Amino acid sequence: MTTTVERPTESQRRFKVIGTRPIRHDGLGKVTGADRYGADVQLPGMLHAKMLRSPHAHARIKKIDTSKAEALPGVKAVVTSRDLPIIDDKPIDLAETLGNPRVLAENALASSKVLYKGHAIAAVAATSPHIAEEAAELIEVEYEVLQPVLDVREAMKKDAPLIHEKLTTHEVQRRFTRGDDTGVISNVASHLQFKQGDVADGFSRADVVVEREFTTVPVHQGYIEPQASTAQWAPDGHLTIWTSSQGSFGIRDQTAAILGIPQSMVKVVPMEIGGGFGGKIGTYLDPVAALLSKKAGLPVKIVMTRKEVFEGTGPTSGSYMRCKIGARRDGTITAAEFYLAYGAGAFPGSPVGAGAMYGLAPYKIDNVLIDAYDVVLNNPKVAAYRAPGTPQAAFAVESTLDELAEKLGIEPMEFRLTNAVREGDRQVNGIPFGSVGCVEVEEAIKNHPHYRTPLNGANRGRGVAMGFWGNGGMQSSATINVNTDGTISLITGSVDIGGTRVAVAMQAAEVLGLAAEDVVPTVGDTNAVGWTGITGGSRTAFSTGIAAITAAEQIKRTMAERAALKWETQPEDIEFEDGVFVSKMNREDRLTFKEIAASMMATGGPITASASSNPRQVGVSFAATLVDVEVDRETGKVQILRATAFQDVGMAVHPSYVEGQMQGGTVQGIGWALNEEYFFTDDGTMANSSFLDYRMPTSLDLPAIDTEIIEVPNPGHPFGVRGVGEVSIVAPMAAVANAIHDAVGIRMTSLPMSPGEVLKALDEQQRAGK
Amino acid sequence: MSLKIHVRTTVNGEETEFLCEGRQSLLEALRDILGLTGTKEGCNDGNCGACTINLDGRIVDSCLVLAAEAEGKTILTIEGVASIDGLHPLQQSFLEQAALQCGICTPGFIVAAKALLEQEPDADEHRIRHWLAGNLCRCTGYDKIIRAVLDAGAVVRGAK
Ligand code: FES
Ligand code: FES
Repeated sequence: MTTTVERPTESQRRFKVIGTRPIRHDGLGKVTGADRYGADVQLPGMLHAKMLRSPHAHARIKKIDTSKAEALPGVKAVVTSRDLPIIDDKPIDLAETLGNPRVLAENALASSKVLYKGHAIAAVAATSPHIAEEAAELIEVEYEVLQPVLDVREAMKKDAPLIHEKLTTHEVQRRFTRGDDTGVISNVASHLQFKQGDVADGFSRADVVVEREFTTVPVHQGYIEPQASTAQWAPDGHLTIWTSSQGSFGIRDQTAAILGIPQSMVKVVPMEIGGGFGGKIGTYLDPVAALLSKKAGLPVKIVMTRKEVFEGTGPTSGSYMRCKIGARRDGTITAAEFYLAYGAGAFPGSPVGAGAMYGLAPYKIDNVLIDAYDVVLNNPKVAAYRAPGTPQAAFAVESTLDELAEKLGIEPMEFRLTNAVREGDRQVNGIPFGSVGCVEVEEAIKNHPHYRTPLNGANRGRGVAMGFWGNGGMQSSATINVNTDGTISLITGSVDIGGTRVAVAMQAAEVLGLAAEDVVPTVGDTNAVGWTGITGGSRTAFSTGIAAITAAEQIKRTMAERAALKWETQPEDIEFEDGVFVSKMNREDRLTFKEIAASMMATGGPITASASSNPRQVGVSFAATLVDVEVDRETGKVQILRATAFQDVGMAVHPSYVEGQMQGGTVQGIGWALNEEYFFTDDGTMANSSFLDYRMPTSLDLPAIDTEIIEVPNPGHPFGVRGVGEVSIVAPMAAVANAIHDAVGIRMTSLPMSPGEVLKALDEQQRAGK
Repeated sequence: MSLKIHVRTTVNGEETEFLCEGRQSLLEALRDILGLTGTKEGCNDGNCGACTINLDGRIVDSCLVLAAEAEGKTILTIEGVASIDGLHPLQQSFLEQAALQCGICTPGFIVAAKALLEQEPDADEHRIRHWLAGNLCRCTGYDKIIRAVLDAGAVVRGAK
């Protein structure tokens, strides 16, 4: 087993706590089974609910008859979209799709049309999950079955069946805006364009131009914990929801909007969450469980089956892309043209904007034209998945680039370094990059033992690819309460999916000169802590970290005031070093953090602080994957022999969990590259909706995943932290494709590169006599 | 409704009786009847390993066993892995090696790995990867889990 390169990181040189590897505070409950996740909620009198889902990918709902279900003994409540106040009688207006609660409501319970197989229609609460399941099957629905639209290019055709009769294409100038309505009705929800320089001129100056088409199909986040929600609607109108989501405030706000009730009437209690990767940001079950609870007058729990997770929750977009890049003999890229069409599933909102913005990000290119299309399909509504939209784009760009390097006769890493972006270079939207570690990542690859060790053997090859992700900022809140023994409690609103309690606690500890173990971090419910955005967008260690640091700084100031009172001096005249407050006037005057904490009741009362973050300078991330593969020419199977993940993390707060993010993202990328796919039959049924047939990587499919942490500090965070969670998934698909080419000389342009597809490409290669 | 079935078992060293329906799985019985929610459900069809328990010395997916089949059997779940003296070496090394992120797969991995180390404390990387191939983890990429099991093996053998 190869080992991760151990060298003192920048953080270990500068900090006491940052850069160390303490045991996470919440670890014990997770290794002993004591921690409670979404499905582990048990309440007195609790009912169990099951959903009825559409068997058709595209159909009009003519009639729903729930009477037989209601009559089954043990059934306590049945709900359909008619119970939802905001889609009760109003048709849905897709022109306001962005964040529209009616779209979320329509996705949670279909009203007039079902838009994908698995679209929820009704729900039943009963005294046992088995009775609820039986009852759901007794609900009679009359459908008018319509032709489904399943492929992006088909959906874009003029004569394609319309999924939404009134959906018009919008011209978008800036990401995250709805843009101008063209009034043209089609399945294309929006078109986004980025343009810099003059591409025709740029291509005319290129010596070699490569243009290729690429396709990918939807893949699922694959979190092991299915969605689960428990709701209790009290007689006084207060609604409590226990759920495992990526953001309690997001679930609260969505649920309140869908149910048409004030946010103050909804309390969301975060349970431990068994993975999300972007898929647990939007609500599916919470408003449904709430309505059932209101009707039944009892708490109601809904837990999805794995099949429901696949069919009823968001995978990420499948795509069709065309990438054209030109360069001069000396290796300078002169122009790039990139066309992307992403499937959004049943409602507008694919992450094509991110793909358009970030696919070409690692390269300084003066002449660029990017056209991106968001297309609705009869698939589940897509949800975010780790660096949403960018892995597809990177697959296209990094594969095209590898071929271009080959045609130019330039070593691929040299080619990348020649064109690497630096601080001040313009992004495709014209805005210059701040501090970035693109060159540093590329240099790290060239110096890595993996890269420098030759790979021998037949049918073996090595591939490399770059990846970029913009990372999220958003707001977070944190409260610190000092205990009289000098320990502190830290409450944040950020649910912990993979070690953020410890990573945020370490930042507070660093400020206050405490040990990580002196901090007790808690994830508060929506009534216990200030508004906090999702755990997603690689933002938690960064933004919630800033909130905790700010609160800790306030604690420090209050403590200095207490010491100043005692020493009859000014707080400004007090320094804090190594956990001790020292008077600059008289250096004999010293009080430790613990001493001030012990006397706080006598010196002015409890010491507490709350702070929120609203970061302006998000640290963007570059990463790369270096991978060795062996291709079996008989079966087409690709074996991963060795993989190394490189990533600029700004500053690694807890290196073990940073490595874990890099390894996890790399392996999800390897699954996406080789095995994972939604396999739809012609009628829009997902034919592989189980973990048996939707093949995620197992321990046996993989080697050790080495990691190389690069630290180019982010000036927008006091300790230099950048987001770390997502970017590692961006590069693996292209890296594997490039490795396959290096091994056996074929260029794979569709994902997944499953044995059958590889075999087909090898056959073609043989027939072509290459 | 069907008559309930009376089942007598030993769970984590305690003699335990419960009433279940014929259609209930052992996973349901453990979680919903006995309140032992440390055993997780990821798929309910034998393909993720989150529900792994030890039944009469063999690791099984408890979602694939009927509750009534547990009659007279001895069950170990994650709740029975630590003892009054402290954590099992596997639990300790999972914590030290950061071998969990969301932790939903962790109980299954620990129960499965414990059975391996009891028979083969010197299992090597390949053997461990093979043994744990029925347990899915979506967060970690397995690297740190494998290292944690190797490490715990050394402790169990007394080599560390
Ligand atoms: S829940 Fe039993 S194997 Fe997945
Ligand atoms: S730690 Fe999340 S699935 Fe394994």
